Amino acid sequence: MKLLTLNFVTCARKSCKTLPAAFPLHPRDAELEIVEMELNPKFLVNILPRVEWQALRTVCQELGLPTLPDIMPVQQDLLQPPSLPGRESESQEGEAEGEGGSEEEDALQKPSQTAQDLHRVLLETTIANGKLVCGACGHEYAVKEGIANFLLPSHMV
Amino acid sequence: MEYLVRFAQVHTGFHAAELESLASLNGIELEILKYSANSPFCIVWLASEESARRLISRSILASGIYEVWGSGNDYATLHEDVLSRTSQIRPKYRKSSFRFTVDGYQGKRSQASQRALIESFSYLGFDGPIRMHNVELNICLFEEYQAHAPEPERVFLGRWLAESSRAAVTKYDLKKRHYISTTSMDAEVALVTANMVQAQPGKLVYDPFVGTGSLLIACAHFGAVTIGSDIDGRCIRGKAERHIVSNYQQYQLLHRYLDGFISDLTHCPLRQTRLLDGIVCDPPYGVREGLKVLGTKDGSGKEEVIIDGVPAHLRPNFIPPKKPYSFEAMLDDVLEFAASSLVESGRLCMWMPSANEDEVELEIPTHPALEIVAVCVQPFNKWSRRLLTYRRLPDADIRDETPRAKKEQAVGAHADELNRFRKKYFEGFKTTSKDI
Ligand SMILES: [Zn+2]
Repeated sequence: MKLLTLNFVTCARKSCKTLPAAFPLHPRDAELEIVEMELNPKFLVNILPRVEWQALRTVCQELGLPTLPDIMPVQQDLLQPPSLPGRESESQEGEAEGEGGSEEEDALQKPSQTAQDLHRVLLETTIANGKLVCGACGHEYAVKEGIANFLLPSHMV
Repeated sequence: MEYLVRFAQVHTGFHAAELESLASLNGIELEILKYSANSPFCIVWLASEESARRLISRSILASGIYEVWGSGNDYATLHEDVLSRTSQIRPKYRKSSFRFTVDGYQGKRSQASQRALIESFSYLGFDGPIRMHNVELNICLFEEYQAHAPEPERVFLGRWLAESSRAAVTKYDLKKRHYISTTSMDAEVALVTANMVQAQPGKLVYDPFVGTGSLLIACAHFGAVTIGSDIDGRCIRGKAERHIVSNYQQYQLLHRYLDGFISDLTHCPLRQTRLLDGIVCDPPYGVREGLKVLGTKDGSGKEEVIIDGVPAHLRPNFIPPKKPYSFEAMLDDVLEFAASSLVESGRLCMWMPSANEDEVELEIPTHPALEIVAVCVQPFNKWSRRLLTYRRLPDADIRDETPRAKKEQAVGAHADELNRFRKKYFEGFKTTSKDI
């Protein structure tokens, strides 16, 4: 399971779903694997606003991965080197609705270092085996060969 | 300008919906001027040749698009129309290499007859070399016959502009796929579904009943990143070297596979927020297996089971009990899930059966946050199914705020009592049974 997917899931129990402690699930005895994947800048730009940054930081810390910055990068940081000033304030424009103009396409050809780093963390870092533990109820979900199992025993349904 | 879309005469219930979805996906203004399910020739209005090429490039059900040079109910009216429409265009192609073909629907002509027809257009004045391939001008004469009629009832002349993505149907043919099951969706309808959900580069599409991944593979073909889950772990894991991942590998699409996980839609672990650009699914309607969700039939099993001092659910090889679940309740759950997890204007494409007889016709489920974009019917011999396409409305446009009445959850019943359709299916669609 990739760290992006882990960032998208919470405890599957109905009684936990709304509890802040049920997210993120905490990896335990996790065996990590880097699975290289082609960088998809357009996808990163689209998906970045849906990432819960603090949860991602927590999980990276728990997995002993390098510390992520406090502040989540913004979409503009992915398209060009983040050294250009005055970008952050104007960058949260609504998501492009499908038709990426050719200028945007060109910019996407050159992913920044930030994009490469995020790609590494979110899409190439994979939990191959281990457990995901709910911070609210303590239930453990098994991950085997990269596949997490969220089925619940009947006393938890 | 008028353009002619040449459809393959299959899945006619999806022709117009696919074109409209592709127009909306590309931000193209499209007007369907003449279309009938009985004809593979559809006349549309588009602003430009460039729009025409873009519109058709992803189409699965069309084979190509043509600039209309003339139309008529017989050859006299066609020639007249061609003469007036092409007076400005013809001179441009005087020296071009060209090809002239005849495409007949429900009617065939001999070589000699075709040649004579082509000769009758000699007034177009093309002096360039005739070639079969790499031509600058590709002209096609379309004839549409009523079955067994001696003469066509409609004729069109068109200049070929662009081909579609129809070749993908062969590329993704299930016969050549590594990992399939009896419920795998055939490549053609899966690819059309991907067009209806507007799968495209950068977008994230989820299938909560992923099975062997047929729908997601089609979405990945069009560039979307895909994620799937299934209650049946065997689908995700597969066996030996055959599993969902091997299907993505087969088509070099692995970079568009985010993950697969094991879960039940009613206990889906995805965060309840707007994470998804699209949802595709073909929910199991219990023809082959009774529908199941987590839980026990009689509501028992609320006590933890301990075996050898270890909670049963923590033992290796634990299989959670499943309870029967009505199909309609499941469809409502899919809609509720879609309404809470799709981004604005994100689409849900869901397959559902609709038996041909009124008494077993399933209601099309609705949700205040989801606008129905298209209902397309695929008929089979004894039954039919529909592809329902919904669009997530912006919150400001949601009018009906009344919560939907929750369909009663089945308790202590058998799956086949719960699924009128399934019952009907096994009874062989006898028209006499009234007790359904
Ligand atoms: Zn929990």
